[in-house]
Amino acid sequence: MNNEMVFIGIAIVIGLVSLILAFVAIHNEKLSVAIIAAGVVSLFASVLYLLMAAPDVAMTEASIGSGLSTLIFFYVLNKINKTKNNA
Amino acid sequence: MLRNTLLALVILVMGYMFYNVYSNYETRTELSGISQHFTAQGAEEVGAANIVTAIVVTYRGFDTLGEVTILFLTASIIAFFLKLKDEDYESSIDHRATSELLVTASQILIPIIFLFGIYVFMNGHLTPGGGFQGGAIIATGVALMILATPNIKLNYHVIHWVEAVSGVSFVIIGILGIVLAGGFLDNRILGLGEFGTLFSAGAIPIIYSFVGLKVGAEISNILNKYQKSQKEKV
Amino acid sequence: MENFDLGHISLLIGFLLILVGFWGVLTQKNIIKIIVGFTILNTGINILMVSLGYVKGKTAPIIDNAVAQTGNHDVSASVVDPVPQALVLTAIVIGFGVTALMLAYAMKLYNAKKTLEINKFNDLKW
Repeated sequence: MNNEMVFIGIAIVIGLVSLILAFVAIHNEKLSVAIIAAGVVSLFASVLYLLMAAPDVAMTEASIGSGLSTLIFFYVLNKINKTKNNA
Repeated sequence: MLRNTLLALVILVMGYMFYNVYSNYETRTELSGISQHFTAQGAEEVGAANIVTAIVVTYRGFDTLGEVTILFLTASIIAFFLKLKDEDYESSIDHRATSELLVTASQILIPIIFLFGIYVFMNGHLTPGGGFQGGAIIATGVALMILATPNIKLNYHVIHWVEAVSGVSFVIIGILGIVLAGGFLDNRILGLGEFGTLFSAGAIPIIYSFVGLKVGAEISNILNKYQKSQKEKV
Repeated sequence: MENFDLGHISLLIGFLLILVGFWGVLTQKNIIKIIVGFTILNTGINILMVSLGYVKGKTAPIIDNAVAQTGNHDVSASVVDPVPQALVLTAIVIGFGVTALMLAYAMKLYNAKKTLEINKFNDLKW
């Protein structure tokens, strides 16, 4: 009974923060802020999967969606900035 | 102006369709259909303690074959696109000196990360985990290696051979399933041992180990190509 | 509101993330921003699929000594639905592959025209 209320409270907080960060990811002008905001949305989704009793999916989303995807975005951003500075 | 109004209209129509689905939704209270069969007879037929692993490897093994194929296709297209010209091949990336904290910490952490990744995909049938998670953890270890020494020359032949041998072995074990047991990727070609130990569930640890190694090698290859493309002078 | 529990909340989060992702893909002009919107869309769809498999009050589908079983390891009365979880596992890995491919294309497009604005690439428009 008490456990359920705690889970529902955590889920509501996660939902609100994810939505605000998703808006920040779309509307901010700087690209690095947008990429990191998308990574944090993926991290909060991983916690939500754990609340819904899906540990395999939580592990996969945390390692692939939050870790490797953000890393690849930053490689491309670095290459584009370096080419822009050289030209 | 007109474009923005039309786009807002599209989003509103989608929101209305979603609202219709949401208002008729009630949380389920019991399983039904095929999930009932998987959870009731899964442990007896397959012998794995992790039901999601049993579904991914044996009950829906063709989907795993398709996913491994798509990952292979993606890795080869990226390797084709980011190919370096011959004169850029020998140059090196000029970068700021890597901080000593990162270099020292990575020498301790990288073997532990590899060990953890191998543990996750070997015990995929007992605890949460499996081939895809273990492969991603191994790729994260390789990413740490690339970040610590940016001019590292990864041994391309090792990655290439690990990936090729794992892929071929996966298909060979699947065909052995047709010849010796019920169908493609049937895990009863080896005996189902005692429930809950490491050497149980037939061929599932072997199949998942090959999938984990293949996924880890492919994602490491993608990261290596992205790192080497920084050398290109445009 | 009565009957407002974890299944409803995660369904709502999934739907709203899908709408925000679509809005990002349709209105942004920078190619990298479009790919970020696509990532958020993927995350929303995966949350939607996992939340449709949630059964009220049950636990994770792993057979252990702590899970109530009957007969010969029969847990069908005390776990959530495992089939959507197996499908979402595949979908997350494929989404990562497609994102990596799109970023390689974006790098090549920037090398060709030195700009990241999608309105400047009109070679295929009639």
